[in-house]
Parts: sequence; C-alpha cells; structure tokens
Amino acid sequence: MARIAILSYIKRSSPVHELTGTTKLIFFIAWSVASMVTYDTRVLFCMLLISVAVFKVSKIKIRDISIVLGLAAIFLLMNNLFVYLFSPEYGVGLYESRTVLLTIAGPYTITLQQLFYHLNMTMKVICVVPVALLFIACTDPSEFAASLASIGVSYRIAYSVSLALRYIPDVQREYHNISQAQQARGIDLSGKDKLLTRMKNSVSILLPLILSSLNRIETVSNAMELRGFGKKKKRTWYMKRPMKRNDWLTIGFVLMILIVDLVVTFWDGSRYYNPFL
Amino acid sequence: MTSPVISFKDYGFQYMAQAEPTLKNINLDIYPGEKVLIAGTSGSGKSTIGNCINGLIPFAYPGKSTGTLTVDGVEAEKSSIFELSHTVGTVLQDTDGQFIGLTVGEDIAFAQENECVLQDEMKQMVKRVSELVDIDHHLEYSPQELSGGQKQRVSLAGVMVEAVKVLLFDEPLANLDPAAGRSTIELIDMVHERTGAAVVIIEHRLEDVLWRSMDRIILMNEGEIVADMPVAKLLAGNLLLQHGIREPLYLTALRYAGIEISEALHPEHVDSLVLGAEDKEKVLNWYQEQKAGIRTGQYGQELLRVENLKFGYTPDKYNLQDVNFTIHKGEMVSIVGRNGAGKSTLAKLICGFEKPVSGAIYMEGRDIEKDTIKERAERIGYVMQNPNQMISKPMIWDEVEMALVQSGMPKEERTKRVEETLKVCGLYSFRNWPVSALSFGQKKRVTIASILVQRPQIIILDEPTAGQDYHHYTEIMDFLKKLNEKGYTILMITHDMHLMLEYTERAIVFSEGRMLADTTAAHVLNDPKLVQAANLKETSLYTLSLACGIKEPQTFTECFIGYEKKEVR
Repeated sequence: MARIAILSYIKRSSPVHELTGTTKLIFFIAWSVASMVTYDTRVLFCMLLISVAVFKVSKIKIRDISIVLGLAAIFLLMNNLFVYLFSPEYGVGLYESRTVLLTIAGPYTITLQQLFYHLNMTMKVICVVPVALLFIACTDPSEFAASLASIGVSYRIAYSVSLALRYIPDVQREYHNISQAQQARGIDLSGKDKLLTRMKNSVSILLPLILSSLNRIETVSNAMELRGFGKKKKRTWYMKRPMKRNDWLTIGFVLMILIVDLVVTFWDGSRYYNPFL
Repeated sequence: MTSPVISFKDYGFQYMAQAEPTLKNINLDIYPGEKVLIAGTSGSGKSTIGNCINGLIPFAYPGKSTGTLTVDGVEAEKSSIFELSHTVGTVLQDTDGQFIGLTVGEDIAFAQENECVLQDEMKQMVKRVSELVDIDHHLEYSPQELSGGQKQRVSLAGVMVEAVKVLLFDEPLANLDPAAGRSTIELIDMVHERTGAAVVIIEHRLEDVLWRSMDRIILMNEGEIVADMPVAKLLAGNLLLQHGIREPLYLTALRYAGIEISEALHPEHVDSLVLGAEDKEKVLNWYQEQKAGIRTGQYGQELLRVENLKFGYTPDKYNLQDVNFTIHKGEMVSIVGRNGAGKSTLAKLICGFEKPVSGAIYMEGRDIEKDTIKERAERIGYVMQNPNQMISKPMIWDEVEMALVQSGMPKEERTKRVEETLKVCGLYSFRNWPVSALSFGQKKRVTIASILVQRPQIIILDEPTAGQDYHHYTEIMDFLKKLNEKGYTILMITHDMHLMLEYTERAIVFSEGRMLADTTAAHVLNDPKLVQAANLKETSLYTLSLACGIKEPQTFTECFIGYEKKEVR
C-alpha cells in the first residue's frame, strides 16, 4: 500500500518530543490565543523568532511537512488577495494616514498602510502554523487522548478524537482500494470528464466507503464496551507520562508570553501598533 | 456437582427489528473449566448466543427475551455489559476492527484503564499477561503491523487482564491462514490450561477447531439447539451434514470407503483414529479402485501470461519478484499463500492498478503494459473480497448495469446484457430489488454479476468465500464452477485449502513475494516443504493415507477429490 501520509506523528528524539502531550497542548492553545489577539508588530516579530527557534529544536525537517506548508502558503496567499480585493483601503482606515505608493486602477491603489496591515496579518499566521504542526508531528498519538483529558475534556470526547485521527490512514487505504475497483468498472476519476460527471462518480466511491466505515464503528464500539469503556467517570492512561521540570518551565514560559502579549497589546487601548502617527 | 457458570433456561430472544425470534427454547448449561464448541450455519443463531453471554444482547442490540439466562449466578438482564465483562472475556471475529489501542501495550491495558487502575500496576499486569501469550516482545508495535496469529494473541491478552471465568471466541479462525488458525487453536488450549477458565468457541470450521480436544459440541439450527453431545458421538452420527456443517475430511474419506463411523473409532482427531486391519483394507481397496479413474484435464490456448514480474511499493523493497506463469482458456486456478505473501498485489498488477517495476503481462500473446485500467477491465474482471466495498448503487439492476452505462452502450443492448447476466447469476427474479435486502452471499453474486456484465475473458476473485459457512460457501463455489463450465477462466486468491482442493486442479503458491510452486492442488498440500514455506497446512487426508499404509498420499487426495466431483455433486 502506497503511503499517503500528509501529516502525522514523526518519531524523533528531541526536547520537544520529550515534553508531555499536555504541555504541548497548553502551549499550542496559549500560543494561538496570543497571536490571534494581537496585531502588534513588535510582539508578533518576537513570537515569530521564538516559533522558528522551537521548530529548529524539534528536529522536524521542512520536507517532512512540505505538503501541509504548501497548503498553508496557498491559503495565506488567497486570504491576502481577497482581503485586498474587498477592502483595499482597510489599512488606511486603521492607521489613520495614507501614503500612496502606486495606483493600479479605480479604487485599487497600493498604500504603505495597507501593506503594513497585510504584513501583520501574515505574521500572525506564520507564528501559529509551525507550532500547530509541531503539536501534531511531535505528539505521540497514544498520548493525544490522555493530554486532551488532562486539561478537562471529557475522556469520551478525547478518545473519540484520537480514534478518528487514528482511522484516517485506514480510511485512506480503503478509499484507494474502492476507487481502484470502481475504475475497473469504467468510472473515470482522472479528470478527463466534466465536473458534474466527476462529482457523480465520486458518489459511487463514497457510498461503499461510508457503509464500510459504519461497520468499522459498530465493531470498535462493541469491542470498547465489552472491555468496560464508559463505565466510570474517570479512567487512567497507560501511555500518560508524568510532568517533568521542563514541562513546568515550558508552561510557565508560554503563560508569561501570553501575559506580556496582552499587556503590550492593550496598554494603549488598541490592538494595533501604529508607526504612522 | 458445581453449579454452571452460564445457564440458559427456556431462553428465547427476538431482535427488535425482526419479525421472528432468533433464539428459541434454549436450554444450555456451561460449567466452570469446560471447553465447548458452538457450531451452526450463519443465521443459525450461534453468534446471537455469544452476544447474549457477553451482554451485547440486550444492552447494545435491544430486543425481547423470554426465559432466563444467568451468568456466574447473576441474571444477565439485570446486570450490565460492564459487569458481565468481568466474568466473560470476548474475542470478536474481526481481529483488525477490535483493536482500540494504538500500540499492543495500550490495547492490552485498555480494560484496566477503564477500571482506573494505577499506571504502575497496569504496566506490571500487561507484562505478565503478554508473557503468558508470548507477545511481550511486541508491546511497542502497532497492532496493524502484526501477523494474523499475533493479532489473535493481542486480543486474547486484552481480555485476560481481567480474571474472567469464561473466554468467548466468536469465529476466531475467520480471516486466518491455515497455519495461523492452527496456532490460534493451540494458543486457546494453552490459555485454557493455565487459567482454568471455561472456553466457548463459536465457529463453523469444525475440523480446524477440533485440532485440540473439546468437551462438547452444541449444534445450532434455526435458532434451536439440535445437538448437545460429546464430540465423538456427534461425529459418529450424520447430524452435521444434515445441518450444513462440514465434517472433518478424513471422516468423509472413511465414509466413502464404506466404513461406518462409530464412537469406538475415536473420530475426534485424525491421530486418535483407531482403524482395524479390516478398515484399512477397505480404504486401500477404495483407493485402488479410484486411482484407475484419474485423468488430467485438457485446456485451451494460452490466455494470460506473466513474465518475470517484479514490483515494490517502495524502491528499496520488492513485494513481488520472479513471477512467471501461464493461464489457459477455461482453467480455474488457485493462488495461495499466507496473508501478505503478495497474492493481492499480483491481482492489482494484472488489473493495472499498480505498475510493475519490470516484467510483462500478456493477454492472448499481446503485451498489455500500455492498456489503461479501463481497457484492461474489458478483458479482466476483478471481484474484491468484501462486496460492501464494491456495491455503489442502491438497486441491483443499476449496480449491474453501471459499467455498461459508463461505456456508453445504447439502452436496448444494455437491457439485454443485464438481463442475460442476471439470469446466469440466478438473480433475475431479484432484478428490481434493493441491494440491502440481500444476504452476504447474494451480494457477492451481485458483485460478480456487475463484473460479468462486461464480458471479461478472465475473472479474478479475491477470497471469494471468506467468512462464509459451508452452505454459502458451496453456493458461491458451485456458481463459480458453473461459470467455469460455461467457458469463463477463473483465478482465485484464497487461503482456504478445502476450496483449493475441491474446485481447482492447479495452484500457484506464493510466499514472501516469490512464487514457490505452480503445480496440482493436491500436490501442494502433500509436499511438507511447500506447506511449511507457504504457511499452509496439510489436510487430514494426508495423515489418514499414511496411517492406512498408502505410499502416495498425493494421489490419495486426488482420488478423494475426484470421487467427490463424480459421485457427490
């Protein structure tokens, strides 16, 4: 079976891998909040440096996650493009000044303020993406449910999430098998047909895929119940690791960043750092 | 006398969605430490009995029950699925589907996690249990990386972490190759000895289960118990055949030779048979008589030729290499070997789903390398193992017609073809039915019809009878046999040795990506070296013929198969 791994756990030994899943989850959440809240260029720049540093430490290589990075880049580009198309003067309103660099046509001019706004927006995404990817690539899936449960998510939900993640490769394999068999019956998925036909054709793969997935769910839920899943309010975890010194340090560090971030951002009553005034 | 650990009293059960009760008048006691086999065709209610014992009925599958069922002194209905799981450990049929943990260790610990056992204790328990079933060196592995037999060990360890009084196995041999099936039975036997728990096995592959001794057989038919007796007594009668269960091959051979099976013969195992000089004489005579009648088949011209085929999913490892064989028109050939030997990969290469690294495939002498999947499909039909993975239309007619619609055939011609195909497949009277109304075996026929409708010259079937009881197995195989007689060339991927022996004269054996042999089916099973390398299992006919002093066990097997074809069918 050909491997179609897009994003999954990558086993290496690094300080990031050694942290518990809980620590990484808390870090990821705090980090996302911090970067979503602020538009302060200075803060974002510092965070950007840190997230690149963390990425280096993790020993994950760019090529391990190149597909996802590519997708993220495309998404970012589209996002920027549409923001510009729909409100080319947004930055001007925001920073209360207007420095025209270039006039394209009609309302579309390029202003320094708009460019600065786009820079901030882009930096926010670039801050979060490596941390999010690291969380997935460096957290042993076995620990995933345990870490969700440890921050207060019900263990039933935590377990469903981790089971769902686990079945992704299985479902991909099954999709592959089914689509091969359907192609042998004359269904073309290669893109030569019209869009409508292709959509109709993909239904003929989805129906068997859904039915077999439902079967799988029934089996696994029976197996879980037969072994006492859901009996008690709590459960213990075979793979959970104890928190170590580095875990506490990391959590302390990220909380500090969050606090500094909030203070700097809201000190002057605005989320935006304005160099133009 | 000790009290039974499981006791059914006038028990009956009806699933909520069904009009008829699935179980009727069940009276059955199972005592601590007993080993009981529950046999029956699919639909006989044997799996339903299992589900009652472990509590899936009524807690996961609701319905109406009558009479009483007590498990370890507690009335099952007033208990819960969790409480019952302390007494009854269940190993489900689908070994892949029942893995919950991502690694072997986690999976074994799952029940303990749910009991809130502390981590240190849990690790000790996992270590102890995994040593018991000899899987302790694989705790870090993902269950999917293990072989079929190892998977069974993990499932077993997972239920043994609780000190259960009953171990329940629901079709433990389904999907296992013959050698793995044998070692699973040995494993169950060993665990039974060490833990003293009662063992209940639900299975229709009788001969394989009886590889180790069982105390009793419960034979089910249409929801009722038709026999509850020691193994020898049941084997001596003809109840098994009456109820669609295949008796061990060696007993069938003895019957053919005119020997009456009695308890005094000790028919439980082929090794325990006590045959007098007179009996041996009878077998020998029958053998001499049959031997004269053997003839070899004549085949048409070459249809499919595979030359030096080599293939790997990754460049550094070949999954298949040095494959050479020729299939002639009108042949029916088995491709056998253990799980993962490269059988399915071969089918994918022939159908064009994957491209070989080197080597060539010829159809009627023409290299088909450049043909697309679609072009190949017009000549080569491929039927997947699980019909649910193929059926994509809700109605039978539409499903069978699909490939023709795709190819743009005019409506009139399509209708004619579909009608013809449905008639061949015995589905014509169902033509306007929804697929969901069909049984598994009928669905399988729908998938075969949906391939046949394209008029391929050769049909490749992946495990055509997997998970089928003898009745449905015979139904599917007789249908394929008929197709073969009509001139279709058939290639079957299988690890069912009975199937290979009974229905195909020739077998191609694979092991670890290499072709080991291309010979007669009977020869495969009588060559100990081949049997071992390909993880197969010699049949009991082999042992029987040696016991009777026949020097060519291979010919004996051929006689047996020839006789069956001639006299019985």
